[in-house]
Amino acid sequence: MEYKLPFKEYNKALRKSRLLGLKCNTCGTITCPPKMSCQECSGLDLEITELSGQGSIVTFTTSFGAPQGRENELPYTVLLVKLDEGPWIMGNLIDMETNKINFDIIGRRVKMSSRVYPGDIYSGGSASRPVFSFID
Amino acid sequence: MRKVAVLGMGHSQFCFNAPKTQVELLSEVSLDAITSSNLTVKDVQAAFIGNALGTIAEGQATVQQFAVNDMGCHNIPALRFEGACASGTIAVRDAYMWVASGFYDVVLVAGVEKATALGTPLATRCFSMAGDAKYEFPAGYTFPSAFALLAHLYASHYNMPLAKLKEQMAAVSVQSHHYASKNPLAQLPFEITAEDVLKSFMVSTPIQLHDCCPFTDGAAAVILASEEVAKKIYEKPCYITGVGLATSGQLSTQYKYLPRLRAREISVDQAYKMAGITPQDVDVCELHDCFSIASLIAAESLGFFDFGTAGEAWQKGETKIGGKIPINISGGLKAKGHPIGATGISQLYHICKQLRGEMVDLGVQVEGAKTGLVDTLGGDGCLCHLVVQR
Ligand SMILES: [Zn+2]
Repeated sequence: MEYKLPFKEYNKALRKSRLLGLKCNTCGTITCPPKMSCQECSGLDLEITELSGQGSIVTFTTSFGAPQGRENELPYTVLLVKLDEGPWIMGNLIDMETNKINFDIIGRRVKMSSRVYPGDIYSGGSASRPVFSFID
Repeated sequence: MRKVAVLGMGHSQFCFNAPKTQVELLSEVSLDAITSSNLTVKDVQAAFIGNALGTIAEGQATVQQFAVNDMGCHNIPALRFEGACASGTIAVRDAYMWVASGFYDVVLVAGVEKATALGTPLATRCFSMAGDAKYEFPAGYTFPSAFALLAHLYASHYNMPLAKLKEQMAAVSVQSHHYASKNPLAQLPFEITAEDVLKSFMVSTPIQLHDCCPFTDGAAAVILASEEVAKKIYEKPCYITGVGLATSGQLSTQYKYLPRLRAREISVDQAYKMAGITPQDVDVCELHDCFSIASLIAAESLGFFDFGTAGEAWQKGETKIGGKIPINISGGLKAKGHPIGATGISQLYHICKQLRGEMVDLGVQVEGAKTGLVDTLGGDGCLCHLVVQR
């Protein structure tokens, strides 16, 4: 059985700041990042759908220690964002200085664009990642 | 299904920069487990080895086959189990099933890791491999950041001021160091204060250095045997009476349940049901405190405290000896250390020591402990539980 939305295709769209997900024709749930099956009902009748990339911050952390090879990115802020279509995705916050970021950013509205993680010897190539900036 | 006993055990010093190789560490703890079971290497029918990062730390894959032939268990089946930080515990669970089924009577379960050989930057990279590589690591997701995300989410979800949560988290680390100071096997056997925690280096907001377990080298081993064998050769067997294992996908897809981990609640429920017990029956628990916040999340899902209240329990001493449920009396991952492939077996070792009443001399015996629980978390989605009784 063929994978509806493989990483390669998802990643190619994300590189252009387009966020693709899967809509389940059985239960209506949106799955993003993509999977073989609906993350709610395991259904296989899925169609590719473009998401708004807009949502609210549900949690965050600003990291001061990095994995080997990513020290030059420090400090950076990781977010979980609840998308307007339902699913949560992980990304980075880009338009605020890290020393100004505090608990009050939880709940704030954000919109998505993307940047590329170039990869390392373990990663099997590069990957786009969602990055977020405040809407208001 | 037959009853399965834990017989002899072995446990290395947990430390930075262990001078021995993974094979040497495995052989030492395994021979301690075999001989203290009143067995010889000829009696061991199979070996189940927990090891997560050995391929990178030493450039050594298939460490299990080299270890068993090194220690003298020539040509026996040897399997490696990899479930990140739960590698050792899932090895115990599988070994349990093979003995319970009647296929084997005597098996060795051991775990090893040399995480400090990697150095902190590479170790951080390797630990992050247990998160989603394609959809989450590109954002710089690491294990401190995983629990930092959960800490902020916990404060937000339970509507708790962050400063209050930080004090609760500090109380967890203070208790773990207190008990580690009495454990000669511990990597960090010294006391710390809440002030030490709150002044330590900020790793990933709101997680500070003393909210984190260290990288650790170490090994541990146990012999599992059928009840029939145990009764013939061993004076004080403990019995594994319940096991559980459940998994989840990447962190973001667990959104309907966070900050709780659904796999933990499924797995521990399997273990409780199998043993025919409830959380109230547990006398002593070793749980997966890779980060201070992880202890609160775990203790609530294991059924010891109401959701959002575990931190208060630590502050009131309810998790100490004499409290409602003594937790991590070994010093936990935080201060005893966390050599990931060995961690679950070390947890089991310390629970069995409690059930056998062998912690009196160290001054950390939970008096009359009859039922113990092991809780281990691998990555952000592999949860394994063992109920052990005497
Ligand atoms: Zn569905």
